[in-house]
Amino acid sequence: MTFQWSSVKEFVPLLLPGAIVTVKLTSISVLAGIILGTIFGIMRLSRTPLRYLAAAYIDFIRGTPLMVQIFMVFYGINALIEGTLDPFPAALIALSINSGAYVAEIVRAGIQSIEKGQREAALSLGLSNSATMFYVILPQAFKRIIPPLGNEFIALLKDSSLVSVISVNELTRYADTTAGRTFRFFEVWFSAAIIYLILTVTISRIVILLEKCLKVDE
Amino acid sequence: MAIIEVQDLHKKFKNLHVLKGITTTIEQGEVVVIIGPSGSGKSTFLRCLNFLELPTSGEIRFAGDLITPDNLQVVRREMGMVFQSFNLFPHMKVIDNITLAPRLARKMEPEEAKSQAYELLTQVGLSEKADVYPNQLSGGQQQRVAIARALAMRPQVMLFDEPTSALDPEMIGEVLDVMKSLAADGMTMVVVTHEMGFAREVSDRVVFMDDGLLVEENMPDQLFSNPQHPRTQSFLSKVL
Ligand SMILES: Nc1ncnc2c1ncn2[C@@H]1O[C@H](COP(=O)(O)OP(=O)(O)OP(=O)(O)O)[C@@H](O)[C@H]1O
Ligand SMILES: [Mg+2]
Repeated sequence: MTFQWSSVKEFVPLLLPGAIVTVKLTSISVLAGIILGTIFGIMRLSRTPLRYLAAAYIDFIRGTPLMVQIFMVFYGINALIEGTLDPFPAALIALSINSGAYVAEIVRAGIQSIEKGQREAALSLGLSNSATMFYVILPQAFKRIIPPLGNEFIALLKDSSLVSVISVNELTRYADTTAGRTFRFFEVWFSAAIIYLILTVTISRIVILLEKCLKVDE
Repeated sequence: MAIIEVQDLHKKFKNLHVLKGITTTIEQGEVVVIIGPSGSGKSTFLRCLNFLELPTSGEIRFAGDLITPDNLQVVRREMGMVFQSFNLFPHMKVIDNITLAPRLARKMEPEEAKSQAYELLTQVGLSEKADVYPNQLSGGQQQRVAIARALAMRPQVMLFDEPTSALDPEMIGEVLDVMKSLAADGMTMVVVTHEMGFAREVSDRVVFMDDGLLVEENMPDQLFSNPQHPRTQSFLSKVL
């Protein structure tokens, strides 16, 4: 069987519903990851015992394979609750928790990159620690960490293909079933690759635009 | 009346003993200039006054009350600080730099905070710069905004740590002028500076600091023309 461009054109539309699930899954997980990551990134830098909790979370997630985390969440939650948890929410939870750990490290580095004088100026004006963090440090840190956050988004989008193992009907699983049905393995997987590539390139373009927009004032 | 009382203040950074027992009093309305060689602990002393550095031992009283980590935030509102490197918030317009603390820490209404900010900007000669970002200002302008920002909290004391050291020579005057008019209005000020002209002209008292101690203090004329301590003499001979 020879490679046929025409069948790539045929398969890309077939895979689109899966691509939409992938985009949804990744976008929501990245947003949740940013929230989790901000909380744990700040905890990691705090002088309270909470920083050990944050360190444990970050080390555990970064030190274990995502696939193992996905299975743990899927089977773990299903064992805890009555009834069954659908694959999609399980995947969302697993990816969010995973992303949160990586974002926490990005946020920590971002906060640490802000000049000491900013915090001192805010404190010297009588602002509380939390007001200083919220109004002075974080807005500057976030501006600075947009590029690594974009990279995290892209990495997560690619890694989200792993949730196909718990039967979430995202792009990779769509490709898998389509390939099995049509026996045009290479064309199907090539089509899936094209879609992933378009998505990741789009994200990196958006990140560059965002960076430019936010630079105007500084 | 004493506004700041410092009793046997020590500060160590790990093994480095930087402040070695400082006792002094700052009177209400007084302008005190601190001079001394680099590394003598001038900045550390100033930063201990508002607890940006935690003293290792000793007591600091503000308006009679002992400063502790618990009332620290309240006391900081009464002590404005101006830094060598300005430290304006780069992500906020000038006006927002000035209104942030009054709104958050004094619970001032946004409108009131704003009109106060315009008044302060006028006072420092920058009324037309309210809506620009700090990076669009010269160093001298940034430092004047930083002074306005500190004044917006209506502090009882202003601390200055080498406010003109990072400035090009032609901009030093505009910042010193703002400080002079503050002093003339009766503001209590503690100023670390190398500007001996300012010390001579404006201050009530000059303190010479060396190796973590207040070595000598006197009225500016006295200290500059007739220093008693050999270390003061040797320092002044180099800078005057
Ligand atoms: N956060 C810190 N950690 C460790 N050492 C410090 C710290 N801050 C200051 N020091 C040290 O304390 C000593 C006094 O520093 P300080 O900044 O108070 O001196 P200074 O009189 O303000 O000097 P300069 O005129 O250069 O500003 C110096 O030896 C300095 O290296
Ligand atoms: Mg200094």
